[in-house]
Amino acid sequence: MICREAQTRKADKNMSGNALKDTKKLQASFVPPTPSAPDTAQEHSETANQKHIRSIADEITEKTFQNVSLCYQCGKCSAGCPVRFYMEVAPNKIVRLIQLGLYEEALNSNTPWLCAGCLTCSTRCPNSFDLAKFMDAVREVALEKGVEVGERDILNFHKAFLDQIKHHGRSYEVGLVADYKMRTLNLLQDVDSAPGMFVKGKLSVLPHNVKDKKSVKEIFEKTSIKKNQTPL
Amino acid sequence: MRFGYYPGCSQTGTAKEYDISLRKVIGKLGVSFDELDDWSCCGATSAHVTNHKLANALAMRNIALAGTQGIDNVVAPCAACYNRLVLSQYETMHHPEIKAETEELLSAKFTQDIKVMNVLELFMKIGLGKIIDNRKHELSDLNVACYYGCLLVRPAEITKFDDAEQPVSMEKIVEATGAKTVDWNYRVECCGAAHSIARRDIVIDLSKKIIDDAVDNGANVMVVACPMCHTNLDMRQRAMKRVYPGHKEFPVLYLSELIGLSLGMNEKELGIDLHYIDFKYDGNILKNTVA
Amino acid sequence: MKIGVFICHCGENISRTVDCPRVAHFCEGLPGVEYSIDYKYMCSDPGQKMIKDAIHEHKLDAIVVGSCSPNMHERTFRNAAVSAGINPFLVEIANLREHCSWVHDDVEAATEKAIELVRMAIEKVKRDKPLTKIKVPVTKRVLVIGGGIAGIQAALDVANAGYEVVLVEREPSIGGHMSQLSETFPTLDCSQCILTPRMVEVYQHPKIKLLTYSEVVKVEGFIGNFKATIKKKARHINEDLCSGCGLCITKCPTKKKAYNSFEEDLAFRPAIYVPFPQAVPNIPVIDETVCMYYKNGKCGMCVKVCDREAIDFEQKDTMLVADIGAIIVATGYKLYNIDKKTFDSKYKGYGEYGYGKYRDVIDGLQFERIASASGPTAGEIKRPSDGKEPKKIVFIQCVGSRDPSKGISYCSKICCMYTAKHAMLYKHKVHDGEAYVFYMDIRAGGKMYDEFVRRAIEEDQVKYIRGRVSRIYEENGKYIVKGEDTIAGVPVEIDADLVVLATAMIPHDNAPTLAQTIGIPYDRHGFFNEAHPKLRPVESTTAGVFLAGACQSPKDIPESVSMASAAASKAMILFASDTLEREPVVAKVNEDLCAGCFYCKKVCPFGAIEVKDITDVNGIVYKEVAYINQGVCQGCGTCTATCLSKSIELAGFNNEEIFAEIAAL
Repeated sequence: MICREAQTRKADKNMSGNALKDTKKLQASFVPPTPSAPDTAQEHSETANQKHIRSIADEITEKTFQNVSLCYQCGKCSAGCPVRFYMEVAPNKIVRLIQLGLYEEALNSNTPWLCAGCLTCSTRCPNSFDLAKFMDAVREVALEKGVEVGERDILNFHKAFLDQIKHHGRSYEVGLVADYKMRTLNLLQDVDSAPGMFVKGKLSVLPHNVKDKKSVKEIFEKTSIKKNQTPL
Repeated sequence: MRFGYYPGCSQTGTAKEYDISLRKVIGKLGVSFDELDDWSCCGATSAHVTNHKLANALAMRNIALAGTQGIDNVVAPCAACYNRLVLSQYETMHHPEIKAETEELLSAKFTQDIKVMNVLELFMKIGLGKIIDNRKHELSDLNVACYYGCLLVRPAEITKFDDAEQPVSMEKIVEATGAKTVDWNYRVECCGAAHSIARRDIVIDLSKKIIDDAVDNGANVMVVACPMCHTNLDMRQRAMKRVYPGHKEFPVLYLSELIGLSLGMNEKELGIDLHYIDFKYDGNILKNTVA
Repeated sequence: MKIGVFICHCGENISRTVDCPRVAHFCEGLPGVEYSIDYKYMCSDPGQKMIKDAIHEHKLDAIVVGSCSPNMHERTFRNAAVSAGINPFLVEIANLREHCSWVHDDVEAATEKAIELVRMAIEKVKRDKPLTKIKVPVTKRVLVIGGGIAGIQAALDVANAGYEVVLVEREPSIGGHMSQLSETFPTLDCSQCILTPRMVEVYQHPKIKLLTYSEVVKVEGFIGNFKATIKKKARHINEDLCSGCGLCITKCPTKKKAYNSFEEDLAFRPAIYVPFPQAVPNIPVIDETVCMYYKNGKCGMCVKVCDREAIDFEQKDTMLVADIGAIIVATGYKLYNIDKKTFDSKYKGYGEYGYGKYRDVIDGLQFERIASASGPTAGEIKRPSDGKEPKKIVFIQCVGSRDPSKGISYCSKICCMYTAKHAMLYKHKVHDGEAYVFYMDIRAGGKMYDEFVRRAIEEDQVKYIRGRVSRIYEENGKYIVKGEDTIAGVPVEIDADLVVLATAMIPHDNAPTLAQTIGIPYDRHGFFNEAHPKLRPVESTTAGVFLAGACQSPKDIPESVSMASAAASKAMILFASDTLEREPVVAKVNEDLCAGCFYCKKVCPFGAIEVKDITDVNGIVYKEVAYINQGVCQGCGTCTATCLSKSIELAGFNNEEIFAEIAAL
């Protein structure tokens, strides 16, 4: 139904030339193969694959091993989300946007970045949809596509943290904070807790290194995200 | 009893006292740790929220180390490390394609499941009787709010340890020290965890709610089993006072510290003096103590 | 023998992949085939006429029809053959649709296969013998299991048609869940007021034998000839003597010893009790687990006050056996509860809603009792914990239902309606109260149903919030309900005084046990299976056993009543003749060859095989052989395959016929 509606709208737009600016153009990512009665099952699936346009929803499914259509939009995830109040878009709506193929809206929002990964939603989901895992994949796709991230500070923190791991194998708080501050230019944030931590001997001036630093660095190199695989 | 030990990065820094107290307490209970040699960071939140392959590989590097070092059960005292290790191992062992990919990446072979335990499982395994037998103080004047946080018991189908919504194990352990536990509402709510630095405002709000509910339900101390929770609930209270001027300081202890107190160790030994919110225990001493 | 072959195109269903004219043409030349033709719709009137005409014209002895599954039209073609004077068992069906055209794409290969299938049928029909249907007598008495509204309706319908009914109810009174309800949707008429007259009618009906506090423990036999064993549990009251005065109940010293299950545990009852004032029969029961007499042998207050000497502490459970012709199962449902479940349970509880630890988080039936004029609060809306009138009430739909992660995937169907009713009743009684309903979808399909829900929203100002609730916890005597309005996209939190959960309808715990006792199939949830989801909704797959009400799937009252009447009419169709005709496809033992090993008896899934003594002229037993009760045998053929001495033959499928079919392939 969605598919047909979208086509009609497209046709309307083509004719009049000025469709409403806020009309969402929906597109089905899956074009069913024509019933040309192929001979074997194998050929059948090949035909289907050729017609299949790999969408972001598919990429997410591949990363998470779960069907995005599992979510039936009850909203229990959003209802229990501890950081819901700070989000621009409710978590269940992110799933909905992905289901509808409205990727830009989903990927641009700050919601995935605010998700704390606490698993409350995944634990309570009535249809056993692991939303936390889904959010991981959404963020990953956003990075792959080079989308403008809604919460730059949070991303910078993650980058700073992972930099420490990459170079030392373990987290090094002083380096982390310095790196984070350089990235965010948020020089005054958190200065109140750091001196206390030094006094209490919690922060060491030197990094904690693993012996086999090379092996950790290698993991980072081998798994690094390839940007801009396909445009959004 | 010997267990493998994966301290996690926090134990070497911000949660030093957790590491100190845990090692001392289990020593008193006749248990020792074999620290995983050359362990590395589990990837923590930052890895899994940005790159699932990286997250998986970083965690599995440690599982592989355990395998080669002949350790078949590993205690991960940090709830976040525990959760990452358990989930990554589950994913790897349940998806042949991930397993093959990770094995190639790490040049390792995963043949069997390494049992990853959190600190609650550890004490349950050691046995509550051991704590009761060895305790010098009955901490009966403490009304403890047991705070599990989000990752310690989730997802229950995979961690297979305690109920995800109404867990009971920490209460059982705390009650073994003679302390009382309170029934409260925020036992498994999230404190904001990884947003501690980048979105301190969120963390302060969430942590404030958690502390307030504990106080409202009659707790005079909170016990946690996660360095991230502790950072947010203890260290952030200073900033909390600035945002919520009426906020009263509330002590937050690690589970191992509480047990340590009941076993007769003092605050300094256990590293409680490293906390931002002071805690002094001057409770009763068991009458029939063994010297 | 002259055989006619008729190949059906089934519109395009068969002819799309099978070249039907070619099949018909090929068969023309086969030995024994006198006539062969194809046609677009063989099952249609003209198609059947074609068959009949051909039988007359070509003097055919037997026919083969290449068509859809015999499940679909075997009877049609047999009837056509019979009307043209051929024995119905000289008709063979070659399944060219389900077994061929629907499962293949290649026209050439499918046509070849179709020819093979028809050839097999021709070889079999050559060896088929004319058979006549078996006649068995019918006991014209119905056993109705369950005395809720479905069971009551079925019993009354059958009894009013003049047949005898045995109505068995597990509880001390009939009435079921309907007797617990306050008012019913969408008319808001009082449930008790419309139900009680029917309960009394059942009690007084001369054709109905009512057995309350009883359970069916064994069912033997077959359609028209069942034998049911019913356990009548000891009430410890002599039913013939008791006048129902109730003095024993008021004098019993164990005033509040047990939870009153009729009041959904919101009230207490003594050891001797009737479940509710309008109970039928109005005869008490003594609960042995609570009664002082059974605890320490003392008390006996009830004995002292009963001037009819009806109390009988020594009464024992008794077993009754009844001959039955048809069974109507109407055992109803129970509500899922949110309590913590054991590890191996097929359901999970709701820890996020407190696992049932909050006293003011109740279920729908509890709210019915609170809203009922005869309930523990005499119809005043008061919450269980402190008896205060709730000023803010939250209803949550789909608790358990549509929640595969808790173990229940289906929609319980009635909750949308009763929740609207609850909210409405509340608003009618507490004018300044606020009522909120959390829902996922509103499913109000039914006459005047959607209008009813709209009335709750528009006239009674009930606030409907679309979203599932994530958590409930207690804070200062209020219940904090955390939800999200997914329409507005805003998180909502309500500090409610009372929370009512519309929990899922599930089958009774012992539903599978009863199903096994009767021999009917049930689904993974424990609901009994109908024979066909669309065309045979009130029959079970076991002949003579019918289903009514929520034991088959969640249902509301009108649906249960309709189903009960339908089941009753099915039973009465059975009783319309004195004997039953059964398919003659049954196994028969060649007694000369039978070695008496009785392997067949062990493997028979229907218990149709008995031991028969063979005696000589002097009446002395010299041999034991197997005997197959033709009334019970379902013609499955298991015994035939097991028999070592090849002495059992299945009529219509004997070895010669089967081998001929295989040889033709």
